[in-house]
Amino acid sequence: MTILKEPDFGTPASTSSTSVTVEVDGIPVTVPAGTSVMRAAATSGIDIPKLCATDSLEAFGSCRLCLVEIDGRRGTPASCTTPVADGMRVRTQTPKLEKLRQGVMELYISDHPLDCLTCSANGDCELQDMSGAVGLRQVRYGYEGENHLSLEKDTSNPYFDFEPSKCISCSRCVRACGEVQGTFALTIQGRGFESQVSAAGVPLMESDCVSCGACVQACPTATLQEKSVVQLGMPSRTVLTTCAYCGVGCSFKAELRGDELVRMVPYKDGGANEGHSCVKGRFAFGYATHPDRVMSPMVREKITDPWREVSWEEAIGYTASRMREIQAAHGVGAIGGITSSRCTNEEVYVVQKLVRAAFGNNNVDTCARVCHSPTGYGLKQTFGESAGTQDFRSVAAADVIVVIGANPTDGHPVFASRMKRRLREGASLVVVDPRRIDLVRSPHVEATHHLQLQPGTNVAVVNAFAHVVVTEGLVDSDFVASRCEGYEEWAEFIARPENSPEVVESITGVPAAEIRAAARLYATGGNAAIYYGLGVTEHSQGSTMVMGMANLAMATGNVGRDGVGVNPLRGQNNVQGSCDMGSFPHELPGYRHVSDDAVRTVFEQVWGRSILPTPGLRIPNMFDSAIAGTFRGLFVQGEDIAQSDPNLAHVTAALTAMDLVVVQDLFLNETSKFAHVFLPGTSFLEKDGTFTNAERRINRVRPVMAPKTGKHEWQIVCELAAALGYDMPYTHPREIMDEIAALTPTFAGVSFAALDRLGSIQWPCDEDAPAGTPTMHVDSFTRGKGRFVPTSFVPTSERTTRKFPLILTTGRILSQYNVGAQTRRTANIAWHPEDVLEIHPHDAEVRGIGDGDSVTLASRVGATSLHAVISDRMPVGVVYTTFHHPVTGANVVTTENSDWATNCPEYKVTAVQVALRADAAEAAAVPGTRERAVVD
Amino acid sequence: MSGTTPPTVRLANEIARQFAHQPPSSAATAIAGHIERFWDPRMRTDLQHHVATAPESLDPVALAAAKLVGS
Repeated sequence: MTILKEPDFGTPASTSSTSVTVEVDGIPVTVPAGTSVMRAAATSGIDIPKLCATDSLEAFGSCRLCLVEIDGRRGTPASCTTPVADGMRVRTQTPKLEKLRQGVMELYISDHPLDCLTCSANGDCELQDMSGAVGLRQVRYGYEGENHLSLEKDTSNPYFDFEPSKCISCSRCVRACGEVQGTFALTIQGRGFESQVSAAGVPLMESDCVSCGACVQACPTATLQEKSVVQLGMPSRTVLTTCAYCGVGCSFKAELRGDELVRMVPYKDGGANEGHSCVKGRFAFGYATHPDRVMSPMVREKITDPWREVSWEEAIGYTASRMREIQAAHGVGAIGGITSSRCTNEEVYVVQKLVRAAFGNNNVDTCARVCHSPTGYGLKQTFGESAGTQDFRSVAAADVIVVIGANPTDGHPVFASRMKRRLREGASLVVVDPRRIDLVRSPHVEATHHLQLQPGTNVAVVNAFAHVVVTEGLVDSDFVASRCEGYEEWAEFIARPENSPEVVESITGVPAAEIRAAARLYATGGNAAIYYGLGVTEHSQGSTMVMGMANLAMATGNVGRDGVGVNPLRGQNNVQGSCDMGSFPHELPGYRHVSDDAVRTVFEQVWGRSILPTPGLRIPNMFDSAIAGTFRGLFVQGEDIAQSDPNLAHVTAALTAMDLVVVQDLFLNETSKFAHVFLPGTSFLEKDGTFTNAERRINRVRPVMAPKTGKHEWQIVCELAAALGYDMPYTHPREIMDEIAALTPTFAGVSFAALDRLGSIQWPCDEDAPAGTPTMHVDSFTRGKGRFVPTSFVPTSERTTRKFPLILTTGRILSQYNVGAQTRRTANIAWHPEDVLEIHPHDAEVRGIGDGDSVTLASRVGATSLHAVISDRMPVGVVYTTFHHPVTGANVVTTENSDWATNCPEYKVTAVQVALRADAAEAAAVPGTRERAVVD
Repeated sequence: MSGTTPPTVRLANEIARQFAHQPPSSAATAIAGHIERFWDPRMRTDLQHHVATAPESLDPVALAAAKLVGS
């Protein structure tokens, strides 16, 4: 494909259902009422010259280039700010307009460095294009007068430069930062001729800029330009693909020059992101070509041996023979595999098939175990489907937005921008989080209620919400009566005094009046939507909380239409997909239990192997069984369990106890320290397949380049299966998807051809919904009736003590992703060179800790050290850190506690003590000193 | 929580805590159903071993549930 330049209609589309017909240069055109003259003209194929207008931003009307003449109207109005009117007759090219536009352009050019031939934007500059479009042939004004040509360039950002001498003050960057991203880091400073784009007067890296790239995208000149374009030149071809970071799943144009990736540009028609991006997806792709990548398979007999590079044949043959030896000695169930949410659906599918059909057991699990497995359980129990209810666009129709245990501006930034846009339009916000996350108060956004609960008390809070709804007569009785079951029993439970806001106040720390007010707002404020993250799931009652939120949504009728729902914000790019693909040990693809004879028979007929009817081991069970000696061989696809999983002393003991650990990954990660075989994997730029994002949207991942290792990951798995005596003879990933579609009713209509035709598909996709299903449970729930489930609050057994008086909660930040294997190998490291411990000023003061001090963080299972950051966004008694750096090893201190239903670890509640390090001077230079032994 | 508690006992007791609000008999049935639906057979076998050798380590409802679970 040659470079894909998407059409720019100048102003956003109108959503009006009323049509208006106008005539532009004699051509009749019918458009929705409210459409600008500029857009109407563009719709009919007439491009009116413009500089300050672009269709991702509201009309601004500053550049005076898009002037038109309209019959019956005086003057020359700007076409971007003039809406169409029925019968309007517009002329876009007249001698008068030509003269005006040339005059405007002449002034722009008179203060612009005319270095077009050597400019990085040469060939992709709207100022250059418009000079041609208006027929500018001379500039009468020289450079002798006052100008901006000597303004200093800001190169502080690692990914893009700001060159103010080329700025035309069109404000597109300023408006993009506000309207699209919602950060408002940029402004126009000064007045008149002194007007300049500014990041509050400081270099970009010292400003509030979050490097989302919206300003670069909006800039019509080379003023804001990717450094990669400056260095490599303009790209010449485009490959449409999908980001491999968070669960938003943004569509991108990978723009290349030859075979070299120059930049990633967000795709305007991407269903998830609609042209927006974040610092990770937009810029942090350099890890794919990082020198740390391993390109050859490696083997070693013992984990103390050095790695030995071998051929693919030897690595695969060695793996197969060792796996079979283990099974011969210890039983069929002594081996298993873990799939990755960073791999494609097709890659995941073949791994679970390898385990079930070639290994002959159900010992397959996925990294979703440690993040959103409670979502799968809770929503299946209540709604009947293990997935969120809405598409991302739905938030634009929400009147009340409740964010529980999620920090979208850091974890899901592109969706957060959608959410903030809606909040600026007037939707109300309730934040339920121990921390004062950015959404609580940021530019033009302020939560109506911030319920700053004690970690571990989510269920008490959601029960109190529901108590208010039931006891104050706020139930949507018609919805409940027609759509749900189990209401009476649940209502009797939830109305009990123990669930009242007044009673739970002493447990949650949230004032009863605040909960009552927030619950009334949720129940009566119009369309109410719940968005949640790992602050819900990673608790001992994670599944209970998911069901509690589902109960609340059903009781108030907030399911089954635009603007409402229960929406998990998935952590990794393909968490939804890896779960869909049968990665859980009890479920075949499509969330169907292995004990279902009919379902198993369907798979057995296609796979030609019998499938065990009993569940296999989950990841934590694998570790326990490894230590017990019954589980001895593990295939790990793209997950760093020795960094990301809790209680690392336990994890490493389990890995050390195994006879064979096979790691398939890009880099030698922490887990590979315990591995005997390393199979080099492929980056998303090399993959060919699909990802499924948090809104069930299946997107194509198209290969930008050939696998640098020589093999696709699905090929490696198929070759391993063959070496084990089981053929999986696919020749292309499309064939894998065809098999998935044939065996999985919710994917019945999905194929690579359909994805190419439709762009993306939200499952379920079948005969009844051939283009997919943006909103679920519209007329009835997947399980028929929505099921109310009583959700008793049971406090976690993890309690603070005199020895461990603080609660640690963990999470992530904007610039980094998961264990950091990718983002640490990019310039994103500039924003987060190490994990730090956030601690409230009071907790710091009583311990004699100052900002930046080196501290010891200890729990009953382990200790580590890191630097303290004093922050009043933490409540007293709660500390916070991230797990992006292996050197700090935050999970050294997290415990074996887990969600009762799914074993999802309780990352969000660990009793800890923090102390100033006695050897602070030495420790300051060496963060991350670990003590993996039990310290209690 | 003790690090020496066998994992299956710990997990069964954790599940039992969640069903403490239910009458013991229905709680035991629900817990047994959950274990059968989500536990690998070797874990069930291990739980039965503890039922036989250290029943006092199990919550009474977890113990009742374990007795309903097939290994």
